[in-house]
Amino acid sequence: MTVLSGEELAHQIEKKFPKSIIESSPECLVVDSGFLLGVAAYLKKTPRLDFDYLSAITAVDYLDYFEVIYQLTSLRRNHSLVVKTRCYRRDNPSLPSVVSLWRSADFQEREIYDLFGISFEGHPNLKRIVLWDGFQGHPLRKDYL
Amino acid sequence: MAMQMLPPDWPGGFWAHWAVFVVIIFVFVLGVMMVALWFERRAMAIMQARLGPNRTGPFGLLQPVADAIKLLLKEDIVPAKGDKLVHWLAPVVVVAPVLMLFAVVPFQGGAILADLNIGILYIVAISSVATVGIFMAGWASNNKYSLLGAMRLVASVVSYEIPVVLSIIGVVLLAGSLSMQQIVLAQDIPFILLQPLGFLLFFIGALAEINRAPFDLMEADSEIVAGFHTEYSGIKWSLFFLGEYGEALAVSAIVTTLFLGGWRGPVLPPWLWFLAKVGLVFFVMVWIRTTVPRVRIDQLMALAWKFLFPLALLNLLITAVEILVWPAVSPWVMVAVNIAIMFFLVLLWSKLFKLGWGRVEV
Amino acid sequence: MVIKTEPFVVNIGPVHPSTHGVFRMRTTLDGEVVVDMEPVFGYLHRGIEKLAEERTYTGCIPLTDRLDYLASMTNNFAYVLAVEKLARIPVPERAEYIRVIMAELQRIASHLIAVGAFLNDCGAFMTPIVYMIREREKILDLFEMACGQRLTYNYMRVGGVSQDVPEEFVPALSKFLKVMPGWIDEYDQLLKENEILLARAKGVGILPKELAINIAASGPVLRASGVKWDIRRADPYSIYDRFEFDIPTGSVGDCYDRYRVRVEEMRQSVRILKQALKDLPEGEVRSDVPHRLHPPVGEAYAHIEAPRGELGFYLVSDGSIAPYRFHVRAPTLINLTALRDMMVGWKVADLIIIFGSIDICMAEVDR
Repeated sequence: MTVLSGEELAHQIEKKFPKSIIESSPECLVVDSGFLLGVAAYLKKTPRLDFDYLSAITAVDYLDYFEVIYQLTSLRRNHSLVVKTRCYRRDNPSLPSVVSLWRSADFQEREIYDLFGISFEGHPNLKRIVLWDGFQGHPLRKDYL
Repeated sequence: MAMQMLPPDWPGGFWAHWAVFVVIIFVFVLGVMMVALWFERRAMAIMQARLGPNRTGPFGLLQPVADAIKLLLKEDIVPAKGDKLVHWLAPVVVVAPVLMLFAVVPFQGGAILADLNIGILYIVAISSVATVGIFMAGWASNNKYSLLGAMRLVASVVSYEIPVVLSIIGVVLLAGSLSMQQIVLAQDIPFILLQPLGFLLFFIGALAEINRAPFDLMEADSEIVAGFHTEYSGIKWSLFFLGEYGEALAVSAIVTTLFLGGWRGPVLPPWLWFLAKVGLVFFVMVWIRTTVPRVRIDQLMALAWKFLFPLALLNLLITAVEILVWPAVSPWVMVAVNIAIMFFLVLLWSKLFKLGWGRVEV
Repeated sequence: MVIKTEPFVVNIGPVHPSTHGVFRMRTTLDGEVVVDMEPVFGYLHRGIEKLAEERTYTGCIPLTDRLDYLASMTNNFAYVLAVEKLARIPVPERAEYIRVIMAELQRIASHLIAVGAFLNDCGAFMTPIVYMIREREKILDLFEMACGQRLTYNYMRVGGVSQDVPEEFVPALSKFLKVMPGWIDEYDQLLKENEILLARAKGVGILPKELAINIAASGPVLRASGVKWDIRRADPYSIYDRFEFDIPTGSVGDCYDRYRVRVEEMRQSVRILKQALKDLPEGEVRSDVPHRLHPPVGEAYAHIEAPRGELGFYLVSDGSIAPYRFHVRAPTLINLTALRDMMVGWKVADLIIIFGSIDICMAEVDR
């Protein structure tokens, strides 16, 4: 499987969505959260890229910001890409949801909401998934315990 | 319909005969049932490459006794919002008909509690009463799983009565009488050979009526926990258990009487033949239970109405035609013709027949 | 007179003989037909991702055992691959072969349980699962020989495996490989054309190909829907590119196809094992790695083909002895996304079968 370089794709995406790329490196591509849905739809629908399979969504708490990482794969072309986005608020952080593009984001975004507190706009059923409904706090944040 | 005159040499007259046979039936049913329980567990285990009960007593023979003692000592839990009277009555209504069924089963020539001349009709009537008991159990438990199980059961028993009764009529036509004793006496050739299709239909229908695999979806362990007897414990549960095995034994006894020749056989004493045949039929039931997966409720209903019911009608028609047209021909010719017709019909029908609907649009 | 009916809500689970763990399905039933279904889980959440932030990299390996406890070897494998990718640690040849042998044996053991439990849910009263457990016992004996454990092995280490296999392992494995194909054929012959199994499982619970790709299904669930995607072929890890094996795929994506794909995968695993056993080299089984590993700052994502799907580990390191972020890409959680679509319109009995055919281990869903 080839891992697509973030730098090459950055040029392509900058042309279509100016000012959307925050940084790019051979391993990953960091996109500004306002442009996330647009870039994601572009990555899915461009025939040459054809990223139809969202392997995993994860979030990490780097104390200044939350970073959400999307592992995208194309089954037909056998290449993969890592797209990241950042969220700088600590209280009520929010990002657009990619459920409309890839349904695999359904449970994974709920889990990120549950454990980190990041809400995803546009998610049809944003409830806690692994913890019970009345739980207070978001355990995977670095300032929980 | 008047009962037959009892044999004149019974000391003590009618009530002594009745008492002796009631005792015999109780001992027989409970005793053979314990053996049947043990036998089922050992046979199933050996077919599954494991040992089965082998600690309680030699070869695990005391296992049913151990189970009975454990169940009798358990706490009796009644669901708080259930209907208490119905909850208490349901096991009784299930078990009583099973014991009553044995009243007309001939253990030996002349050894029968009541030789009713409507014997087989009595059996058909009484065996349906147990269904009411099971529905009472499902209702009184105040539990959605139990209700689901009970509804499935009522639907299936009602559907399977018809092929069962139609195949019984085939036997009755051949024997010329409804009385169980007369049916046994008329079997110079066992009716399984003369009525192979009838035997098949009766056996499958009876398996469905007594909720044994592959039709045990009323108490499917893996789906609705335990169906109608989820909320029962202790003595009441053991009564249901007794009812289930008693019905299995009763069906074996009826199959033996109607199709296998009852107590008739050459060398051994008749009651031994009877027991051996009942054991054989029971073994086949255990064998089927171990081997085959379970059908779904709509497949069950489709099997009854689209497969067994037309075949039962055809079987009746063919039997009636044969009796009318060939009264003097040798029975062996009939055997050959019937077996050929059975193979043909079963193969033809299974090609034409689809098992159940698929997905329902919601 | 019109009889008024209304659908009613039943909770199937969390305590239920057939939910493969603690899983609750809030089903709305109209008679026997399922109108709506909402999966509720989280009963087995132990906070493994948070616990891992307090442990050294080697100390997280027992945590990974307990994720999908029916396939511990592959969990360990994926995790140590991720750490080795993060810290760029080489692995000796013999260790690679032993890892592949353990992973494929684990795949056979896990599929035996999956197929057995599926048939048990179909109603074949315990007979198939007992036979399959008997075969699995032989595999567990092999594992016990190698690492002393039968369920949660803690066998793989960063840079190799924890100890070499004893001398009696290779002859025992050859003996097992001689008889296993015969056993798979025997089960297959008994069950493949069984009328009742076909009636219960064929055409039931179909997962269409487009939906399977959209929800990022993986493993036998994806392959049964017709997508030929196996990470051992698409993104070969360890030494899988040296072995020859087929990738069985289904065509329709119903329960029967998922069952067939698992049986065929067992056969292919036996094939890989035979090749691996033939080429097993001598050498050391663990490269020299400090006990308290300080990987460089960075991140890594490694994925493998676990028996239940694509198991991935995402690790972020900040240079200290414990991972900064430890995330498990749980295949069974993601396979569950389409559960409602697969179940609506079928009956209660099919619910259990569909759920059994996806082969879930709740410990991995909840982590």
